[in-house]
Amino acid sequence: MGEKIRVVHYLNQFFAQIGGEEKGGVGPGGKEGPVGAGRALQQALGERGDVVATIFCGDNYFAERQQEATDELLRLLAGFKAGLLIAGPAFESGRYGVACGAICQAAEERLGILALAGMDEENAGAALYRKKVYIVNSSTSVTRMVPTLQRMADLGMKLVERTPLGTPEEEGYLARGVKRNAFAAKPPAERAVDMLLAKIRGKPFKSEIPAPKFQPNKPAAPLRDLSSAVIALVTDGGLVPEGNPERMEPGRPTRFTTIPIAGLDCLDPNEFDAVHSGYDTAFANRDPHRLVPLDVMRELEQEGVIGKVHEFVHATGGAHAAVENATRIGQGIAERLKAAGVTAVILTST
Amino acid sequence: MIPVAKEVGSLRAIASGGIVSPTGNPELPLDKEKEFRRSLVLRALQILKEEV
Repeated sequence: MGEKIRVVHYLNQFFAQIGGEEKGGVGPGGKEGPVGAGRALQQALGERGDVVATIFCGDNYFAERQQEATDELLRLLAGFKAGLLIAGPAFESGRYGVACGAICQAAEERLGILALAGMDEENAGAALYRKKVYIVNSSTSVTRMVPTLQRMADLGMKLVERTPLGTPEEEGYLARGVKRNAFAAKPPAERAVDMLLAKIRGKPFKSEIPAPKFQPNKPAAPLRDLSSAVIALVTDGGLVPEGNPERMEPGRPTRFTTIPIAGLDCLDPNEFDAVHSGYDTAFANRDPHRLVPLDVMRELEQEGVIGKVHEFVHATGGAHAAVENATRIGQGIAERLKAAGVTAVILTST
Repeated sequence: MIPVAKEVGSLRAIASGGIVSPTGNPELPLDKEKEFRRSLVLRALQILKEEV
Protein backbone atom coordinates (compact mmCIF):
# COMPACT_ATOMS: atom_id res chain seq x y z
CA MET A 1 0.00 0.00 0.00
CA GLY A 2 1.14 3.52 -0.81
CA GLU A 3 1.23 6.50 1.50
CA LYS A 4 -1.52 7.27 3.98
CA ILE A 5 -4.61 8.91 2.59
CA ARG A 6 -5.43 12.42 3.81
CA VAL A 7 -9.01 12.19 5.07
CA VAL A 8 -11.17 15.19 5.94
CA HIS A 9 -14.25 14.63 8.10
CA TYR A 10 -17.40 16.76 7.80
CA LEU A 11 -19.57 17.20 10.90
CA ASN A 12 -22.45 19.43 11.92
CA GLN A 13 -22.23 21.83 14.87
CA PHE A 14 -23.47 19.18 17.29
CA PHE A 15 -21.01 16.43 16.39
CA ALA A 16 -18.21 18.98 16.02
CA GLN A 17 -18.86 19.75 19.70
CA ILE A 18 -19.73 23.40 19.14
CA GLY A 19 -23.24 23.17 20.54
CA GLY A 20 -26.79 21.93 20.05
CA GLU A 21 -29.73 23.44 18.18
CA GLU A 22 -28.94 26.90 19.55
CA LYS A 23 -25.66 26.82 17.57
CA GLY A 24 -27.33 25.72 14.32
CA GLY A 25 -26.58 29.11 12.78
CA VAL A 26 -22.79 28.72 13.08
CA GLY A 27 -21.04 29.24 9.75
CA PRO A 28 -18.49 26.93 8.11
CA GLY A 29 -15.18 26.31 9.83
CA GLY A 30 -12.32 23.85 9.99
CA LYS A 31 -9.67 22.62 12.36
CA GLU A 32 -6.77 20.24 12.10
CA GLY A 33 -7.13 16.68 13.27
CA PRO A 34 -10.18 14.65 14.28
CA VAL A 35 -12.94 15.97 16.55
CA GLY A 36 -15.36 13.91 18.62
CA ALA A 37 -16.53 10.95 16.56
CA GLY A 38 -13.61 11.70 14.25
CA ARG A 39 -11.42 9.81 16.69
CA ALA A 40 -13.48 6.69 16.03
CA LEU A 41 -13.06 7.35 12.31
CA GLN A 42 -9.29 7.54 12.83
CA GLN A 43 -9.37 4.18 14.60
CA ALA A 44 -11.48 2.72 11.80
CA LEU A 45 -8.97 3.90 9.20
CA GLY A 46 -6.03 2.59 11.20
CA GLU A 47 -2.80 2.77 9.25
CA ARG A 48 -4.59 3.36 5.97
CA GLY A 49 -5.36 7.04 6.42
CA ASP A 50 -5.09 10.10 8.63
CA VAL A 51 -7.97 12.33 9.63
CA VAL A 52 -5.96 15.46 8.88
CA ALA A 53 -8.82 17.87 9.49
CA THR A 54 -12.44 18.34 10.46
CA ILE A 55 -14.69 20.77 8.64
CA PHE A 56 -18.07 21.70 10.03
CA CYS A 57 -21.10 23.92 9.60
CA GLY A 58 -24.26 24.63 11.57
CA ASP A 59 -27.28 22.77 10.14
CA ASN A 60 -29.43 25.90 9.91
CA TYR A 61 -26.67 27.95 8.32
CA PHE A 62 -26.19 25.26 5.68
CA ALA A 63 -29.92 24.89 5.02
CA GLU A 64 -30.43 28.63 4.66
CA ARG A 65 -27.27 29.45 2.68
CA GLN A 66 -26.38 26.22 0.92
CA GLN A 67 -24.46 27.80 -1.95
CA GLU A 68 -22.37 30.03 0.26
CA ALA A 69 -21.74 27.29 2.82
CA THR A 70 -20.73 24.79 0.13
CA ASP A 71 -18.29 27.25 -1.47
CA GLU A 72 -16.62 27.94 1.86
CA LEU A 73 -16.46 24.27 2.88
CA LEU A 74 -14.90 23.36 -0.48
CA ARG A 75 -12.32 26.11 -0.01
CA LEU A 76 -11.41 24.62 3.40
CA LEU A 77 -11.40 21.11 1.94
CA ALA A 78 -9.00 22.11 -0.83
CA GLY A 79 -6.77 23.86 1.71
CA PHE A 80 -6.40 20.65 3.70
CA LYS A 81 -5.38 18.78 0.51
CA ALA A 82 -7.94 16.05 1.14
CA GLY A 83 -7.77 12.77 -0.75
CA LEU A 84 -11.06 11.57 0.72
CA LEU A 85 -14.01 13.33 2.32
CA ILE A 86 -16.15 11.46 4.82
CA ALA A 87 -19.37 13.24 5.82
CA GLY A 88 -21.41 12.33 8.88
CA PRO A 89 -22.99 9.96 9.73
CA ALA A 90 -26.07 12.11 10.06
CA PHE A 91 -28.44 9.30 11.20
CA GLU A 92 -32.01 10.69 10.93
CA SER A 93 -31.19 14.40 11.09
CA GLY A 94 -32.61 15.76 7.83
CA ARG A 95 -30.75 19.06 7.54
CA TYR A 96 -27.47 17.40 8.49
CA GLY A 97 -28.11 14.59 5.99
CA VAL A 98 -28.82 17.03 3.17
CA ALA A 99 -25.64 18.95 4.02
CA CYS A 100 -23.59 15.71 3.98
CA GLY A 101 -25.00 14.75 0.55
CA ALA A 102 -24.51 18.22 -0.91
CA ILE A 103 -20.94 18.65 0.27
CA CYS A 104 -19.97 15.18 -0.98
CA GLN A 105 -21.47 15.79 -4.41
CA ALA A 106 -19.78 19.19 -4.66
CA ALA A 107 -16.41 17.80 -3.53
CA GLU A 108 -16.53 15.11 -6.22
CA GLU A 109 -17.88 17.25 -9.03
CA ARG A 110 -16.01 20.49 -8.40
CA LEU A 111 -12.75 19.34 -6.80
CA GLY A 112 -12.50 15.73 -7.95
CA ILE A 113 -12.13 14.62 -4.33
CA LEU A 114 -13.59 11.19 -3.54
CA ALA A 115 -16.36 11.49 -1.01
CA LEU A 116 -18.97 9.46 0.81
CA ALA A 117 -21.65 10.18 3.36
CA GLY A 118 -23.44 8.28 6.10
CA MET A 119 -27.09 8.59 7.16
CA ASP A 120 -30.30 6.62 7.65
CA GLU A 121 -32.08 5.37 4.54
CA GLU A 122 -35.17 7.46 5.36
CA ASN A 123 -33.16 10.68 5.82
CA ALA A 124 -34.27 13.40 3.37
CA GLY A 125 -30.64 13.66 2.24
CA ALA A 126 -30.69 10.01 1.14
CA ALA A 127 -33.59 10.55 -1.26
CA LEU A 128 -31.85 13.61 -2.70
CA TYR A 129 -28.29 12.33 -3.06
CA ARG A 130 -28.23 8.51 -3.07
CA LYS A 131 -28.00 8.35 -6.85
CA LYS A 132 -25.02 10.70 -6.97
CA VAL A 133 -23.10 9.95 -3.80
CA TYR A 134 -22.18 6.75 -1.96
CA ILE A 135 -24.18 6.81 1.26
CA VAL A 136 -23.56 4.27 4.01
CA ASN A 137 -26.76 3.32 5.82
CA SER A 138 -26.19 4.35 9.44
CA SER A 139 -29.70 3.48 10.69
CA THR A 140 -31.34 6.05 12.95
CA SER A 141 -29.50 4.97 16.09
CA VAL A 142 -26.52 7.06 17.20
CA THR A 143 -25.30 3.98 19.08
CA ARG A 144 -24.34 2.67 15.60
CA MET A 145 -21.70 5.41 15.28
CA VAL A 146 -18.62 3.19 15.53
CA PRO A 147 -19.72 0.37 13.19
CA THR A 148 -21.02 2.94 10.71
CA LEU A 149 -17.70 4.80 10.69
CA GLN A 150 -15.95 1.45 10.18
CA ARG A 151 -18.07 0.77 7.09
CA MET A 152 -17.51 4.31 5.84
CA ALA A 153 -13.75 4.00 6.33
CA ASP A 154 -13.65 0.63 4.55
CA LEU A 155 -15.80 1.84 1.65
CA GLY A 156 -13.75 5.05 1.41
CA MET A 157 -10.53 3.10 1.14
CA LYS A 158 -12.03 0.93 -1.59
CA LEU A 159 -12.95 4.06 -3.52
CA VAL A 160 -9.44 5.46 -3.09
CA GLU A 161 -7.79 2.21 -4.13
CA ARG A 162 -10.31 1.75 -6.95
CA THR A 163 -11.18 -1.71 -5.66
CA PRO A 164 -14.32 -2.94 -7.43
CA LEU A 165 -17.25 -2.60 -5.05
CA GLY A 166 -19.61 -5.42 -4.15
CA THR A 167 -23.37 -5.02 -4.10
CA PRO A 168 -24.89 -2.28 -1.95
CA GLU A 169 -25.96 -4.98 0.47
CA GLU A 170 -22.46 -6.42 0.82
CA GLU A 171 -20.83 -3.02 1.23
CA GLY A 172 -23.55 -1.44 3.36
CA TYR A 173 -24.29 1.56 1.16
CA LEU A 174 -27.65 2.65 -0.23
CA ALA A 175 -28.40 1.29 -3.71
CA ARG A 176 -27.87 4.00 -6.30
CA GLY A 177 -30.08 2.44 -8.95
CA VAL A 178 -27.12 1.24 -11.03
CA LYS A 179 -27.65 -2.05 -12.84
CA ARG A 180 -24.76 -4.38 -13.55
CA ASN A 181 -24.89 -7.63 -15.45
CA ALA A 182 -23.78 -10.68 -13.52
CA PHE A 183 -23.85 -14.44 -13.99
CA ALA A 184 -26.15 -16.30 -11.63
CA ALA A 185 -25.36 -19.83 -10.52
CA LYS A 186 -28.82 -21.10 -11.48
CA PRO A 187 -31.28 -20.15 -14.22
CA PRO A 188 -34.32 -18.04 -13.27
CA ALA A 189 -36.79 -20.95 -13.24
CA GLU A 190 -34.72 -22.81 -10.67
CA ARG A 191 -34.24 -19.71 -8.54
CA ALA A 192 -37.98 -19.06 -8.62
CA VAL A 193 -38.79 -22.65 -7.59
CA ASP A 194 -36.17 -22.48 -4.81
CA MET A 195 -37.77 -19.29 -3.57
CA LEU A 196 -41.25 -20.81 -3.70
CA LEU A 197 -40.13 -23.93 -1.81
CA ALA A 198 -38.49 -21.77 0.84
CA LYS A 199 -41.70 -19.80 1.16
CA ILE A 200 -43.83 -22.94 1.51
CA ARG A 201 -41.45 -24.32 4.14
CA GLY A 202 -41.61 -21.07 6.05
CA LYS A 203 -37.90 -20.50 5.49
CA PRO A 204 -36.42 -17.09 4.77
CA PHE A 205 -36.12 -16.07 1.12
CA LYS A 206 -35.29 -12.89 -0.68
CA SER A 207 -36.97 -11.50 -3.76
CA GLU A 208 -34.54 -10.44 -6.49
CA ILE A 209 -36.79 -7.53 -7.39
CA PRO A 210 -37.69 -5.27 -4.51
CA ALA A 211 -41.38 -4.41 -4.43
CA PRO A 212 -41.94 -0.69 -5.06
CA LYS A 213 -42.72 1.28 -1.94
CA PHE A 214 -45.72 3.56 -2.04
CA GLN A 215 -45.89 6.66 0.09
CA PRO A 216 -48.87 6.54 2.40
CA ASN A 217 -51.52 9.04 1.35
CA LYS A 218 -53.64 11.14 3.63
CA PRO A 219 -57.13 10.70 2.25
CA ALA A 220 -58.98 13.90 1.37
CA ALA A 221 -61.75 14.97 3.71
CA PRO A 222 -65.19 13.77 2.62
CA LEU A 223 -67.42 16.09 0.58
CA ARG A 224 -69.93 17.86 2.80
CA ASP A 225 -72.31 18.78 0.05
CA LEU A 226 -72.56 17.19 -3.40
CA SER A 227 -74.83 19.91 -4.75
CA SER A 228 -72.03 22.47 -4.57
CA ALA A 229 -69.18 20.09 -5.52
CA VAL A 230 -67.06 20.66 -8.62
CA ILE A 231 -66.21 17.18 -9.84
CA ALA A 232 -63.51 16.35 -12.35
CA LEU A 233 -63.34 13.24 -14.51
CA VAL A 234 -59.90 11.68 -14.86
CA THR A 235 -58.95 8.39 -16.46
CA ASP A 236 -55.90 6.20 -16.89
CA GLY A 237 -57.67 4.44 -19.75
CA GLY A 238 -56.11 6.61 -22.46
CA LEU A 239 -58.96 8.85 -23.66
CA VAL A 240 -57.74 11.20 -26.42
CA PRO A 241 -59.40 13.38 -29.07
CA GLU A 242 -59.94 11.46 -32.34
CA GLY A 243 -56.64 10.86 -34.12
CA ASN A 244 -54.58 11.42 -30.94
CA PRO A 245 -53.19 14.81 -32.02
CA GLU A 246 -50.84 15.07 -29.03
CA ARG A 247 -49.47 11.59 -29.72
CA MET A 248 -50.18 10.38 -26.21
CA GLU A 249 -48.26 7.21 -25.40
CA PRO A 250 -50.43 4.06 -25.34
CA GLY A 251 -48.26 2.68 -22.55
CA ARG A 252 -45.31 3.56 -20.33
CA PRO A 253 -46.81 7.03 -19.99
CA THR A 254 -44.73 10.08 -19.14
CA ARG A 255 -47.47 12.74 -19.41
CA PHE A 256 -51.20 13.39 -19.37
CA THR A 257 -53.55 15.16 -21.73
CA THR A 258 -56.14 17.84 -21.06
CA ILE A 259 -59.38 17.53 -23.00
CA PRO A 260 -61.87 20.43 -22.94
CA ILE A 261 -65.44 19.26 -22.45
CA ALA A 262 -67.23 22.53 -21.66
CA GLY A 263 -70.49 22.60 -23.63
CA LEU A 264 -70.37 18.88 -24.44
CA ASP A 265 -73.34 16.82 -23.24
CA CYS A 266 -71.73 13.58 -24.23
CA LEU A 267 -68.61 12.08 -25.80
CA ASP A 268 -69.17 11.43 -29.50
CA PRO A 269 -67.42 8.20 -30.55
CA ASN A 270 -66.40 9.95 -33.77
CA GLU A 271 -64.53 12.61 -31.83
CA PHE A 272 -62.78 10.53 -29.17
CA ASP A 273 -60.55 7.49 -29.07
CA ALA A 274 -59.02 5.33 -26.41
CA VAL A 275 -55.29 4.81 -26.87
CA HIS A 276 -53.94 2.22 -24.48
CA SER A 277 -51.74 -0.86 -24.94
CA GLY A 278 -53.01 -2.65 -21.83
CA TYR A 279 -56.62 -3.52 -22.69
CA ASP A 280 -58.91 -4.02 -25.69
CA THR A 281 -60.07 -0.49 -26.46
CA ALA A 282 -62.79 -1.56 -28.96
CA PHE A 283 -65.65 -1.15 -26.45
CA ALA A 284 -64.52 2.27 -25.24
CA ASN A 285 -64.00 3.41 -28.84
CA ARG A 286 -67.58 2.42 -29.68
CA ASP A 287 -68.89 4.34 -26.66
CA PRO A 288 -66.37 6.52 -24.76
CA HIS A 289 -68.82 6.76 -21.82
CA ARG A 290 -67.72 3.24 -20.93
CA LEU A 291 -64.46 4.94 -19.99
CA VAL A 292 -65.50 8.45 -18.93
CA PRO A 293 -69.13 8.77 -17.73
CA LEU A 294 -69.78 12.29 -19.00
CA ASP A 295 -73.36 11.53 -20.11
CA VAL A 296 -74.65 10.65 -16.64
CA MET A 297 -72.51 13.32 -14.97
CA ARG A 298 -74.28 15.91 -17.15
CA GLU A 299 -77.65 14.52 -16.12
CA LEU A 300 -76.71 14.69 -12.45
CA GLU A 301 -75.44 18.24 -12.98
CA GLN A 302 -78.75 19.28 -14.57
CA GLU A 303 -80.71 17.60 -11.81
CA GLY A 304 -78.71 19.54 -9.21
CA VAL A 305 -77.35 16.35 -7.60
CA ILE A 306 -73.82 17.66 -8.15
CA GLY A 307 -72.71 21.28 -8.49
CA LYS A 308 -70.66 21.21 -11.65
CA VAL A 309 -68.64 18.93 -13.88
CA HIS A 310 -65.10 20.32 -14.27
CA GLU A 311 -64.50 21.69 -17.76
CA PHE A 312 -61.50 19.46 -18.54
CA VAL A 313 -60.95 15.71 -18.57
CA HIS A 314 -57.37 14.66 -17.84
CA ALA A 315 -56.25 11.34 -19.24
CA THR A 316 -53.18 9.16 -19.55
CA GLY A 317 -52.61 5.64 -20.86
CA GLY A 318 -51.71 3.82 -17.68
CA ALA A 319 -50.25 0.58 -19.08
CA HIS A 320 -46.89 -0.40 -17.57
CA ALA A 321 -46.52 2.97 -15.88
CA ALA A 322 -43.31 3.34 -13.91
CA VAL A 323 -44.20 4.30 -10.35
CA GLU A 324 -42.03 7.43 -10.55
CA ASN A 325 -43.73 8.64 -13.73
CA ALA A 326 -47.20 7.74 -12.52
CA THR A 327 -46.58 9.69 -9.32
CA ARG A 328 -45.42 12.71 -11.29
CA ILE A 329 -48.41 12.50 -13.64
CA GLY A 330 -50.79 12.22 -10.69
CA GLN A 331 -49.22 15.20 -8.95
CA GLY A 332 -49.41 17.24 -12.14
CA ILE A 333 -53.10 16.48 -12.60
CA ALA A 334 -53.82 17.17 -8.92
CA GLU A 335 -52.09 20.56 -9.09
CA ARG A 336 -54.15 21.58 -12.12
CA LEU A 337 -57.40 20.46 -10.49
CA LYS A 338 -56.64 22.17 -7.19
CA ALA A 339 -55.78 25.43 -8.91
CA ALA A 340 -59.07 25.23 -10.83
CA GLY A 341 -61.12 24.84 -7.64
CA VAL A 342 -62.13 21.21 -8.22
CA THR A 343 -63.40 19.60 -5.01
CA ALA A 344 -63.59 15.93 -5.97
CA VAL A 345 -62.45 13.54 -8.70
CA ILE A 346 -63.87 10.40 -10.21
CA LEU A 347 -60.99 8.49 -11.74
CA THR A 348 -61.89 5.59 -13.97
CA SER A 349 -59.22 2.94 -14.30
CA THR A 350 -58.85 0.15 -16.81
CA MET B 1 -58.28 -4.38 -8.87
CA ILE B 2 -59.58 -2.91 -5.60
CA PRO B 3 -56.67 -4.34 -3.54
CA VAL B 4 -54.25 -2.71 -6.02
CA ALA B 5 -56.02 0.64 -5.67
CA LYS B 6 -55.82 0.44 -1.88
CA GLU B 7 -52.20 -0.71 -1.97
CA VAL B 8 -51.16 2.40 -3.90
CA GLY B 9 -53.17 4.65 -1.62
CA SER B 10 -56.47 5.19 -3.46
CA LEU B 11 -58.61 4.56 -0.43
CA ARG B 12 -61.99 5.43 -1.96
CA ALA B 13 -62.49 2.76 -4.60
CA ILE B 14 -65.43 0.78 -5.97
CA ALA B 15 -65.48 -2.19 -8.34
CA SER B 16 -66.08 -1.00 -11.91
CA GLY B 17 -67.93 -2.52 -14.85
CA GLY B 18 -64.76 -4.29 -15.93
CA ILE B 19 -61.27 -3.71 -17.30
CA VAL B 20 -62.42 -2.88 -20.84
CA SER B 21 -65.44 -0.83 -19.75
CA PRO B 22 -65.06 0.67 -16.28
CA THR B 23 -68.28 2.68 -16.53
CA GLY B 24 -70.22 0.40 -18.83
CA ASN B 25 -71.16 -3.15 -19.67
CA PRO B 26 -71.14 -3.90 -23.41
CA GLU B 27 -73.37 -6.94 -22.88
CA LEU B 28 -76.33 -4.83 -21.80
CA PRO B 29 -78.71 -2.99 -24.17
CA LEU B 30 -77.66 0.69 -24.39
CA ASP B 31 -80.45 2.04 -22.15
CA LYS B 32 -79.77 -0.56 -19.45
CA GLU B 33 -76.05 0.11 -19.76
CA LYS B 34 -76.63 3.79 -19.07
CA GLU B 35 -78.72 2.92 -16.00
CA PHE B 36 -75.88 0.74 -14.80
CA ARG B 37 -73.42 3.60 -15.40
CA ARG B 38 -75.61 6.00 -13.47
CA SER B 39 -75.79 3.63 -10.51
CA LEU B 40 -72.00 3.26 -10.53
CA VAL B 41 -71.48 7.04 -10.60
CA LEU B 42 -73.99 7.50 -7.77
CA ARG B 43 -72.08 4.94 -5.70
CA ALA B 44 -68.83 6.79 -6.45
CA LEU B 45 -70.42 10.05 -5.35
CA GLN B 46 -71.66 8.38 -2.17
CA ILE B 47 -68.12 7.23 -1.34
CA LEU B 48 -66.81 10.76 -1.84
CA LYS B 49 -69.08 11.78 1.04
CA GLU B 50 -67.75 9.11 3.42
CA GLU B 51 -64.84 9.12 5.83
CA VAL B 52 -62.13 6.58 5.00
